[in-house]
Amino acid sequence: MEYLPNIIFAIVLVAGISYFAKNVKKLIRNIKLGHKVDASDHTSERWKNVVNIALGQSKMVKRPVSGFLHVIVYVGFVIINIEVLEIIIDGIFGTHRIGLSILPESVYGFLIGSFEILALLVLVSVIIFWIRRNIIKIRRFMGSDLKGWPKSDGNIILYFEVVLMILFLVMNATDTSFQNMEAGNVISQFIAPWFEGFSEGTLFTIERTAWWLHIVGILVFLNYLYFSKHLHILLAFPNVYYGKVVPKGKFNNLDAVTAEVKLMMDPDADPYAAPAETEEDEVPAKFGASDVMDLSQVQLLSAYTCTECGRCTSECPANLTGKKLSPRKIMMDTRDRLEEVGKNIDANNGEFKDDGKQLLGDYITNEELWACTTCNACVEACPVSIDPLSIIMDMRRYLVMEQSAAPMELNNMMTNIENNGAPWPYNQMDRLKWKDE
Amino acid sequence: MSEQLKVPTMAEMMAEGKQPEILFWVGSAGSYDDRAKKITRAFVKILNKANVNFAVLGTEESNTGDVAKRAGNEFLFQMQAVMNIEVLNGYEVKRIVTCDPHSYNCIKNEYPGLGGNYEVIHHTQFIKDLLSSGRLKLEGNTYKGKRITFHDPCYLGRGNGVYDAPRDVLKKTNATLVEMKRHKSTALCCGAGGAQMFKDAEPGDKEVNVLRTEDALETQPQIIATGCPYCNTMMTDGVKFKEKEADIKVLDIAELIADA
Repeated sequence: MEYLPNIIFAIVLVAGISYFAKNVKKLIRNIKLGHKVDASDHTSERWKNVVNIALGQSKMVKRPVSGFLHVIVYVGFVIINIEVLEIIIDGIFGTHRIGLSILPESVYGFLIGSFEILALLVLVSVIIFWIRRNIIKIRRFMGSDLKGWPKSDGNIILYFEVVLMILFLVMNATDTSFQNMEAGNVISQFIAPWFEGFSEGTLFTIERTAWWLHIVGILVFLNYLYFSKHLHILLAFPNVYYGKVVPKGKFNNLDAVTAEVKLMMDPDADPYAAPAETEEDEVPAKFGASDVMDLSQVQLLSAYTCTECGRCTSECPANLTGKKLSPRKIMMDTRDRLEEVGKNIDANNGEFKDDGKQLLGDYITNEELWACTTCNACVEACPVSIDPLSIIMDMRRYLVMEQSAAPMELNNMMTNIENNGAPWPYNQMDRLKWKDE
Repeated sequence: MSEQLKVPTMAEMMAEGKQPEILFWVGSAGSYDDRAKKITRAFVKILNKANVNFAVLGTEESNTGDVAKRAGNEFLFQMQAVMNIEVLNGYEVKRIVTCDPHSYNCIKNEYPGLGGNYEVIHHTQFIKDLLSSGRLKLEGNTYKGKRITFHDPCYLGRGNGVYDAPRDVLKKTNATLVEMKRHKSTALCCGAGGAQMFKDAEPGDKEVNVLRTEDALETQPQIIATGCPYCNTMMTDGVKFKEKEADIKVLDIAELIADA
């Protein structure tokens, strides 16, 4: 019976981590539904971006208030996790504050002291975040794309963090031997008096309860990630690595189109020739994207990475002038559809059965797609290098090249280019007339 | 009314066995749009004044395909690009200057993948070089003390990171440069990009160019400076919408410098 807590701890830990691992596998499988992207170029620039943008949060602080608070929560999260290491070792081996037997008291005290200060700062930041979302009602958190689950998801994350931080401080405050040490209890010494007069047994029970709830809470939170926008704490790093490294104005040239254009322009090509033998499993080229499988793995990774912060939408000229387009919604729709496809695959023994739905039309409307000015404001604003514009463009390509569904005026414009080499119906021979006007 | 401009074509140059220092890519707007044509003429005036050895393609130039690409028609874009590249490579063009950030972005970034590799320069960058090398001198003091605000074109600024060249040129005019609250990387689009120029906007509660004009008006400018023919049209329309056309001029940087 002596080892019962250790065994229970080990079981909880293994269960928590394996369920998370199972979901991560599903996540990777879903992302791999997209087509592969060659990201072997610009390696040094990619790493530089990871250091500056993901680790260094350089784009977060462009908005000073939320940026600064976010940095606190982020630093707090990363550093306080060192404490989790101690908790896990203690839990498995039945030790208590193993750090004390390894490190000198002063060093240990300094570490825990910094954790306590960070915990308090995180607590304050998270409360301000909650106020911004629920009382001040910052415009970008009030969008129609943020009703229902996305809204509660945002709040649940904040509640989690409040509870975890309080448990950490209470755990320290009720640990009498730790309080007697008088090192590192920078914050918890002010909480300790609340428990004065409690018997030693009660204090021990409170300390143990806080300890258990803290670690179980962390495991539950870990598993909550998969279902939440909070996935960004993991995916922001790979997403920034794979993010766009060429000038923002540069759009990719579709290779499938290049092959056809070359053939068309080739004077030696035989127009009556039989189509070239293609490899058997080669998928016939589809131009642009109508569903998540037509997108790239980077675009799908981005959909999971999106934190729904809405910085993109709040800079979008179309959205600012009341049009339906919201780059944030483009990313959220992509993730929702991808999840739906994933569930479909799970339900059908690993194979996708046509469900009569797709990203285009069922999630994202033509109206949204045509409202985009391709100005790159959303791409610039994203703190984790997401490119909603690339998805909009791929879907426009599908509309135009597969469905000929461009707005009428654009069809006229394109006909003019084909016939006259200009978007207007003027003769190419008049191109130099401006010279003499 | 207008003074005679010297505008040699590549074909003429070729016939004389000469290669110009630079090819001036006029672009479709610069060739046909009445407002944009004035920008084209202003820039040529500058080139003539600075004795720049340049040429245009003239009737051999075709649409870059940029607008077709943004509208989603990758086929049409690549057809246009391949044709243009054939002409440009035929003339062994190395350096291209253009007044249109859309052509600039497209030729600079998207043509190389299809076999067109050139050094591409926006006219504000070129004017900056002409001024700093002393080939072009500003004689008058037309803009001294005038309040000018510059509207960043998306495909020059955010698209390619060119924020300073137009501002450096404007500073040379001794004008007072005032920035809008949204400028450089956070500048608001004029509303014409992504093929919007050629269609009606989707339903909303305001036009983008009106919102952008409001940004500009907040700086109480006498002149709104632009570096893109589409931006110029959109801002001109915005100023008219606000009934401010009597007080505020919308001018391309080429026009400003041609008269400076």
